[in-house]
Amino acid sequence: MEGAELAGKILSTWLTLVLGLILLPSAFGVSLGISEIYMKILVKTLEWATIRIEKGVPKESGLKSSASVGIIQRDESPMEKGLSGLRGRDFELSDAFYFSKKGLEAIVEDEVTQRFSSEELVSWNLLTRTNMNFQYISVRLTAVWVLGVLVRYCVLLPLRVTLAFIGISLLVIGTTLVGQLPDSSLKNWLSELVHLTCCRICVRALSGTIHYHNKQYRPQKGGICVANHTSPIDVLILTTDGCYAMVGQVHGGLMGIIQRAMVKACPHVWFERSEMKDRHLVTKRLKEHIADKKKLPILIFPEGTCINNTSVMMFKKGSFEIGGTIHPVAIKYNPQFGDAFWNSSKYNMVSYLLRMMTSWAIVCDVWYMPPMTREEGEDAVQFANRVKSAIAVQGGLTELPWDGGLKRAKVKDTFKEEQQKNYSKMLVGNGSL
Amino acid sequence: HGSPHSTLLEGSFDASSLLLRLYHRFRALDRNKKGYLSRVDLQQIGALAVNPLGERLAGGGGAGWEELLGEVDFPGFVRVLAHFRPVDDDDSGMRDPKQPEPLNSRMNKLRFVFQLYDLDRDGKISRHEMLQVLRLMVGVQVTEEQLESITDRTVQEADEDGDGAVSFLEFTKSLEKMDIEQKMSIRILK
Repeated sequence: MEGAELAGKILSTWLTLVLGLILLPSAFGVSLGISEIYMKILVKTLEWATIRIEKGVPKESGLKSSASVGIIQRDESPMEKGLSGLRGRDFELSDAFYFSKKGLEAIVEDEVTQRFSSEELVSWNLLTRTNMNFQYISVRLTAVWVLGVLVRYCVLLPLRVTLAFIGISLLVIGTTLVGQLPDSSLKNWLSELVHLTCCRICVRALSGTIHYHNKQYRPQKGGICVANHTSPIDVLILTTDGCYAMVGQVHGGLMGIIQRAMVKACPHVWFERSEMKDRHLVTKRLKEHIADKKKLPILIFPEGTCINNTSVMMFKKGSFEIGGTIHPVAIKYNPQFGDAFWNSSKYNMVSYLLRMMTSWAIVCDVWYMPPMTREEGEDAVQFANRVKSAIAVQGGLTELPWDGGLKRAKVKDTFKEEQQKNYSKMLVGNGSL
Repeated sequence: HGSPHSTLLEGSFDASSLLLRLYHRFRALDRNKKGYLSRVDLQQIGALAVNPLGERLAGGGGAGWEELLGEVDFPGFVRVLAHFRPVDDDDSGMRDPKQPEPLNSRMNKLRFVFQLYDLDRDGKISRHEMLQVLRLMVGVQVTEEQLESITDRTVQEADEDGDGAVSFLEFTKSLEKMDIEQKMSIRILK
């Protein structure tokens, strides 16, 4: 009996604390400063750890981080120079040397494949999962690491899971309740309140620290918000600071329940799987949505897949054909505190969320950018590239012309034909043989 | 540390750290964690897929890596890369002739490329094989007549004994003036 009473008391104090310190402030958008203190302690600890590691590793062993340094020296000379060619030169058996060298360079290191795995860290951040080359340094460091594991798994994880649970339940219940009301400005205001509160709770569930820059450019109603994609958390990060209408496929299970509840309170655009294939239908529905100036801005991730936050890949032109004003947003995560990238081939959603909840924190910067519209004589692809460059520059990310779809599919034949054309021109270009 | 792989890549840099990074790269390419690289794994590399010889290098169109060099497990992967090591000056002088030739010797580099052309591994590049490889390299951009004309010229220039095919010896002779070592070297960053 006593045991059950004690457990009951602990549970109720726990819940009161959570309610008072986290839930209520979230509802009012106020911060009590607890997370800031946590972050300060965390930063100090990681700095200390970095210094100890640097002291510990002898300089000669040279196990340098391969974070931004490649494995091989790339020879970026164009094909003409590499083939020692003048235009209209003949085929030589030796051409194969240049191509096999280029081919091997690509096999050892290519720009694209590395973007589909997590970014390597410059210095260890005391998480086992990022421990690539780092060796045992000292007892104190290992002790801190063990303490870290205990804190993360025994203190933070239960707290975060509780919060996530509460957040999602509130979202579903709240939006369903609000959905019962007739359409009015009260309904919209309440729906915004519910969305924002629940998102804030969910962000706390991940110990998220987000810095928003240039809030004056926050996406307006009737526009389209476009951002680089790193993980499903991106949605959470953006919706904490504003309400958006989301676009996507209808899922089953828990996601489906959330989606159906949300759409009752405010008009999101959910498609059935079969409808997604019909590009015209999708474009039509989105056009209708933004034509109504009272509706919330649409949120789209034009890359189409998760990239590891070191680069921005090709933006699919579909989102840029709808018209309307595009509000670009750049999102950059700080990998030192937790790796936000979702490697969907390695982890499913549940293990991904568990990894998120056992990281130190999710720290990111969000930059709102001035709106852009398609200019005269610019087609959708050029416009998409222009927006992509702007986002890459703002977020400090590399820009790649490759399609994120390369994660799963082969390169399109058109790219290969381009290269073949270049080579063929050299062989038979001037009509001389 | 005495493993055969580290001797393949030994030099003035840290072989074990390079091997580790290559191993991570191998793991990243090996999509289903099979333990070896298949043709499909290599074709997924964008920059390789657009390379005119990309298909041959990925093992398509004829004898592939698996037949040429054994299963492309990690040691095989390292062996292929070892062909592209720059030739050090101190290698040539002091080598023990009884030891097998290092993989990055001129002869072995030539042999690697010869095998890209010699689809059926019979030791000769026939006119037909040359045509096939050229077709792989240019796709649909060149007509059949132009391609045949190029093939005929190339084979005639290299063929010394008039058998209509290019043997390995003829291949090396036709390229004796070429600086193979420089063209086919990949420098490792320290």
